[in-house]
Amino acid sequence: MSATRPLPRLGPDNRAFWTGGEVNELRIARCGDCGGFVHPPRPVCRHCLSYNVAPHVVAGTGVIDTFTINYQKWHPAMEVPFVIARVTLDDAPGVVLTTNIVGCDVDDVAIGDTVSVVFEQQDDVYIPLFERTASR
Amino acid sequence: MTGRDAYITGIGQSEVGRPLDRAPLLLTVDAVKEALADAGLAIDQIDGVSTYPGRAPTYLAFSPVGADELIDALGIRATWYAGGGEITSQLGAVVAAATAVSAGLARHVICFRTVYEAGAMQRPEEYAMRRPDRVDGSGQWTAPFNAMSAANWVAQYATRHMHRYGLTREQLAQIALTCSANAARNPRALVRQALTMDEYLGARMISTPLCLYDCDRYTDASTVLIVSAADALDEVSAAPVRIAAMAGSVDRHSWDQAEWMASYATGADLWRHTDYTPDDVDTVQLYDGFSYLALTWLEGLGFCEVGEAGRFIEGGKRIALDGELPLNTGGGQLGAGRLHGFGFAHEAVVQLRGQGGERQVPGDPKVAVASSGGGPLATALLLARD
Repeated sequence: MSATRPLPRLGPDNRAFWTGGEVNELRIARCGDCGGFVHPPRPVCRHCLSYNVAPHVVAGTGVIDTFTINYQKWHPAMEVPFVIARVTLDDAPGVVLTTNIVGCDVDDVAIGDTVSVVFEQQDDVYIPLFERTASR
Repeated sequence: MTGRDAYITGIGQSEVGRPLDRAPLLLTVDAVKEALADAGLAIDQIDGVSTYPGRAPTYLAFSPVGADELIDALGIRATWYAGGGEITSQLGAVVAAATAVSAGLARHVICFRTVYEAGAMQRPEEYAMRRPDRVDGSGQWTAPFNAMSAANWVAQYATRHMHRYGLTREQLAQIALTCSANAARNPRALVRQALTMDEYLGARMISTPLCLYDCDRYTDASTVLIVSAADALDEVSAAPVRIAAMAGSVDRHSWDQAEWMASYATGADLWRHTDYTPDDVDTVQLYDGFSYLALTWLEGLGFCEVGEAGRFIEGGKRIALDGELPLNTGGGQLGAGRLHGFGFAHEAVVQLRGQGGERQVPGDPKVAVASSGGGPLATALLLARD
């Protein structure tokens, strides 16, 4: 699956998120005035409308909110099955990342598992994937 | 009835197939002609057009015909029109039309949705999807994880429903089984053979817990609804169906940041606009691009408590054609093909007029719900013959 990931087009709003893995940082945009997180990243705070928004390094740990095991080959080069999950971050309330759970059997994944970020580089993009650190 | 009400006064549908050779513009015109004949209107009485999502140049198969082209092709002189995807899902185009006729901007509006995903595959030179090298916009938050399909996005909500509320595959199966049983009685349906529980449980997985039969199938078709103003009903020969209430919502237009599907907020909001209650509804036509979406609509509209839809449809009797709340009587998208939202309003009108033939809901139904979307966007219509 890894060789065939579609990649994001990088620009001023999303570059910090997609390149933080180069220095092993998961960066989520955060408002310097109200402290709220802004994801997807944009230069305005969705909580208080401040323009004082900047990338903030978070711990990279979280919990599996929900997941699915994908069996369908959406294109011929895709290796299946693999796990797609929604992960909530421990220190960025309200932010949910769609990601893949890697490094374990697909049948071992469960809602509530704790996870930690790992980055996979493809070209100039560092894709944040997650590994299980403990089951429920 | 008030002067501000809007009515569905004509319905039409082209041939439904997979694939069809007929050009999408002609499928659209076929459906328009059927709707005009149904309403007893001539084309020069049409003064508005509304469509979803408008012509889609980067993926033409998804929406090959726009309002501009139809208006010009049929010589329509419009005083109002709209077509776009930034709206609360497919039936948002009907909400827009109803709002326009209520405001006096038009008298008779053609609303249409034309889909051509199967036919397009036969003609890649005309219909190739234009994929950029890199992903922009909201797609960048799912595509890099190979979460390519709405099946993946919807499946995660379904997994959570199972985890929180104990929904089972056998319960979820009742959506697909009910749709296929109804489709078998609909001469225009794509799938004409009723599915069994064993076939459902043995089907290959697409994205857990959704199997092949939890996913609708793309098809080629055009569906048309004519929406008319209350003060224009004397020009119409068909029995008008009143749009008794409308609701739509978007929370976060995102498949991961939104905690719940928009069907919950929209379903609850629908009842704020009417004196009718869920107990008054005789049949529901609920969006089932994926089976699980229809289940969320049952909860969102208040036919059962949140978390209870699995038990509500268990065994399938309650939502069967002769049950207390017949669901997707034309087969829905799971059985009749991906008419993409408009099929639900079309079928609601068929049922309220008593024109369902073999699939007619017994007992002279007078009130129906039609919905589209789920996920981050949702629209609901309450339709009444009153």
